[in-house]
Amino acid sequence: MSEIQLNQKNGTLAGVLGSHMDKILAEWLREMSNTVRRSDLIKESDLRAECSRFLQLMKQATELDGNNFQSPAFDGVRDMLAEISRNRSQKGFKPSETATFVFSLKRPLFNEIQAQHKGDAEGMAAGIWSLTELLDAMGLYTTEVFLKSREDIVRRQQEELLELSTPVVKLWEGILALPIIGTLDSARTQVVMESLLQAIVQSNSRVAIIDITGVPTVDTVVAQHLLKTITAARLMGADCIISGVRPQIAQTIVHLGINLLDITTKSTLAAAFSVALQRLGITFVRETVKS
Amino acid sequence: MEKIPILKMGDFLLVTIQVDMHDRLAMALQDDLTKTISQTDARGVLIDISSLEIVDSFIGRMLSNIAAMSRVLDAETVVVGMQPAVAITLVELGLSLPGVRTALNVDAGMELLRASVGANKELYGSRLR
Repeated sequence: MSEIQLNQKNGTLAGVLGSHMDKILAEWLREMSNTVRRSDLIKESDLRAECSRFLQLMKQATELDGNNFQSPAFDGVRDMLAEISRNRSQKGFKPSETATFVFSLKRPLFNEIQAQHKGDAEGMAAGIWSLTELLDAMGLYTTEVFLKSREDIVRRQQEELLELSTPVVKLWEGILALPIIGTLDSARTQVVMESLLQAIVQSNSRVAIIDITGVPTVDTVVAQHLLKTITAARLMGADCIISGVRPQIAQTIVHLGINLLDITTKSTLAAAFSVALQRLGITFVRETVKS
Repeated sequence: MEKIPILKMGDFLLVTIQVDMHDRLAMALQDDLTKTISQTDARGVLIDISSLEIVDSFIGRMLSNIAAMSRVLDAETVVVGMQPAVAITLVELGLSLPGVRTALNVDAGMELLRASVGANKELYGSRLR
């Protein structure tokens, strides 16, 4: 295909958009009302404004650089698609519905191109083909942005979970507790280890109780992580006690052949706390008040 | 050449490592310390590593060597004030320093030494293993 023909074709799409914008907009809105108009999620007037802004941007872009969606001329269009996709995913649209927002533009534009190329089958086919390519790229782009925004949410939540899930609690002067909830993996152990050791230094604690009541399973990896944490604490001069060992976990530990013999283990946090108090030489006496 | 000072405090020796340890310095310390223990008849050695920020396997091994040597010379060794990052590094290197006693700070370490040298008193803090 020669350069001139290309330009003509590109001119056609831009021309079509320029000269028949209102008609295309009306047809597009009708098309959407047949397929995916979610009147419960978006207002008619908002949708109309959105569509007309989108057509404007598209017209500008096609005038500048034909149908090449990757070119800088389409920056505005891409930004708007990204914005639409993000807004709609927040409002509760399905990704396919967002993509159909773009795809439903096909019929109005096809109709216009058909009208422009009356009797010129070759030109029409070429025009429709390049238009299809452009619209497909746009539709896929909305889905991409949708997935990316979801991924960002998931990643952010993971990070938040990681930070929230490792509180170090001070039980007494010199006694810390670290209740672990959820599965221990390498990344989490690193955070757990660092926050515990940091807290030991800051609070000058000689005993740390690691409570694993909330750990669903203990496998060799988890046990190794626990042992590492305990060894590191010992190197700093603090003693660790493991509490909250459930019967199943005790069985697993023995079956796996993990050696926890050097570590004090208790079934409840209360028992571990009383051992810790004993080590610090603290005793409690119940006073009976005579009336 | 720089040298790590060894201070005598009653029955105990206090070693404060305040510079970056390199291998030759570590060897010199090992030499100096063993000599001083036998000269002064010290019963305990306190090594303060609270300003040590970087360790490698050599320094880790040196610490356990010093502990073992002092025990042969009838002096207890307590390593005090290890930074969290240092502790994590040593554990990741697979050096859990068995046989080295540890304490949170010089105070706690002194208490530990007094308790263990003062014979049959019961020990709190880090265990012997």
